[in-house]
Amino acid sequence: MLTQDEMRRIDAIMLSHDYNQAAVIAILQEVQKEYRYLPEDALCYIAKGLSLSEAKVYGVATFYENFSLEPKGKYVIKCCDGTACHVRGSIPILEEFRKQLGVTEKNPTTEDMLFTVETVSCLGACGLAPVITVNEAVHAAMTPKKAAELIAMLKEEAADEN
Amino acid sequence: MSKYMIIDGNRVEFDDEKNILTLVRKAGIDLPTFCYYSDLSIYGACRMCVVEDEWGGILASCSTPPRDKMIVKTNTPKLHQHRKMILELLLAAHCRDCTVCEKNGKCRLQELAHRFGLKDIRFKNTSEEAPLDTSSKAIVREPSKCILCGDCVRMCNEIQNVGAIDFAHRGAKMVVTPAFGRDLADTNCVNCGQCAAVCPTGAIIVKSNLKDVWKALYDDSKRVVVQVAPAVRVALGEEFGLSAGENVMGKIVAALRRLGFDEIYDTSVSADLTVMEESKEFVKKLESGDTTYPLFTSCCPAWVSYAQTKHPELTKYVSSCKSPMEMFGTVIKEHFKSRDIMDNKTTISVAVMPCTAKKAEAAREEFTRNDIPDVDYVITTTELVKMIKEIGIQFNELESEATDMPFSLYSGAGVIFGVTGGVTEAVIRRVVEDKSQQVLKEIEFLGVRGLEGVKVCELPMGELTLKIGIVSGLGNAEKLIKKIESGEEYFDFVEVMACPGGCISGAGQPFSHQPEKLDRAKGIYKADKVSQIKRSEENPLMMALYDGMLKHRTHELLHVEYRSDNV
Repeated sequence: MLTQDEMRRIDAIMLSHDYNQAAVIAILQEVQKEYRYLPEDALCYIAKGLSLSEAKVYGVATFYENFSLEPKGKYVIKCCDGTACHVRGSIPILEEFRKQLGVTEKNPTTEDMLFTVETVSCLGACGLAPVITVNEAVHAAMTPKKAAELIAMLKEEAADEN
Repeated sequence: MSKYMIIDGNRVEFDDEKNILTLVRKAGIDLPTFCYYSDLSIYGACRMCVVEDEWGGILASCSTPPRDKMIVKTNTPKLHQHRKMILELLLAAHCRDCTVCEKNGKCRLQELAHRFGLKDIRFKNTSEEAPLDTSSKAIVREPSKCILCGDCVRMCNEIQNVGAIDFAHRGAKMVVTPAFGRDLADTNCVNCGQCAAVCPTGAIIVKSNLKDVWKALYDDSKRVVVQVAPAVRVALGEEFGLSAGENVMGKIVAALRRLGFDEIYDTSVSADLTVMEESKEFVKKLESGDTTYPLFTSCCPAWVSYAQTKHPELTKYVSSCKSPMEMFGTVIKEHFKSRDIMDNKTTISVAVMPCTAKKAEAAREEFTRNDIPDVDYVITTTELVKMIKEIGIQFNELESEATDMPFSLYSGAGVIFGVTGGVTEAVIRRVVEDKSQQVLKEIEFLGVRGLEGVKVCELPMGELTLKIGIVSGLGNAEKLIKKIESGEEYFDFVEVMACPGGCISGAGQPFSHQPEKLDRAKGIYKADKVSQIKRSEENPLMMALYDGMLKHRTHELLHVEYRSDNV
């Protein structure tokens, strides 16, 4: 169940798009920004608000890779596995991340909800290969060693924040 | 000069046809399609209807509008290869156990594979076993048999405005599913079954209750009583090569007797009861002066569910009358109560319906008294066909028989319930004070007849002019409700049937297109024409019932209060 506050926030997002059905993707993006994923209740609330069927909104949310119906970690690590990154060794980097965090392809998020590791087909930064992003930050010319250091640093950062 | 196209060397003139496919079919070529229905939006997914233009280009004829002097071919080596390849690829990802498939013999994929003489599939079988969704009382989904034509999705969204299912995920992972992969029973599905009616394969089928019915028939301790809905009689014959609209009620009764049913009745009888009760309610509503909403009919269980889920504010304006099937169910159980004790038997009440939503209706808690459902099992027209075929009754040879006493009399008003506008016409016949032949004829031409999705008519009554709306297809109902809510239109009475055209087009009927539906409607009106009793109140059986079993108990036995938490 959504709280009153959550409903108000989603309503505000929908209102900024005039409750326009055609803006459902933009609305989903903004809601995802709030939660870092798209909770079922939020999707149902959006469906109601836009007078779309729940099945339709679910269809849109599952069509795009960028939408997630599963909660994601605070740090979303995207390992590029495009051609350039792949030939320059993206897989060992990905494996290092997974090993460090104990996550898999099927369960990409750590239990403490701190990290999510996923692959993307191309980040469009082939000159920086192998490249990864952590949320919005780009890390170029990665190596497995750098990956391990990055995790350690992020863990520290998270601990400091608490 | 009219515009024309050259199709396979033949000149085909056209006017405002929306696509080449229509012209090709007009030219006598049955181009195969999976995803094309003229009533639904054009999707262009299956690519079976491709044609080749004069430059060798391949066009999907369903989604290409015709152009003047355009030249296309429907049969070329390239097209032939394309179509076969599409079928092969579809079958590569499809369960191929046809013999045990519910859709065996009725499957479009099977039919086309046969038509194209497919011998082997060159590709690895990638079909995945996906679990069956048997949660719904009316519909079974078998996702592994889905070919993603989207017919069901468009039917559910465009015609019915329900949207219980849609596409999810994409590419090779694409599926048709309720939101969040839920069970169908956990959605706002109203069980109208129109998805199953248009599904070309066995991916969405109507849930069968035949096993239960056979079991009851074979059990000597059971008295199996059956009622047959009005719409069944004008469609069942189609499955035995008879023409659509031919009234085969007499043969149906004979077949039911051979199948071992003990008592056979016609739901038109309880439709008369519905008319009596609903007319009373209508007059009361008019007298109350409450003009916020009209009185909505309640015969269609899919509409009742729709109103409950989408418009809870309307539920108190939906007639409290039970549907004819449930009224009869109650009457049957009451009637045989004492005889059951005497004969040491249990009465099992079966209903043969054109409808899938009736299966869900029968299972509703509101229609169960002391843990005993008033209607135990609902089977569809096509299920009855299966029973007849299974034991080998030569249907066409049967001599017509009459239904059983004491519930054998019904009026023409009861029969026309099977078609959109019928309930309204029946109620008008009841409430209009002038009972002359002339007026009866005039009612016919008020605008209540015809298969249009939305009909509006005005009925002069005393000093008032009553406005009546008749809609079929829940999408049309939604539009009407919007107009009522916005104050754009006002109605005193609104009849809603979920299936386009009314019960004659129910999902339990043999598959049909518009021409068959028109014929079925004609058949229904013909049955009314030959009936000696035209108005429900003239049915002597009504008096007997109201003076007997129903005395002081009409509210208890014939009305229902739907619970909002129980949809």
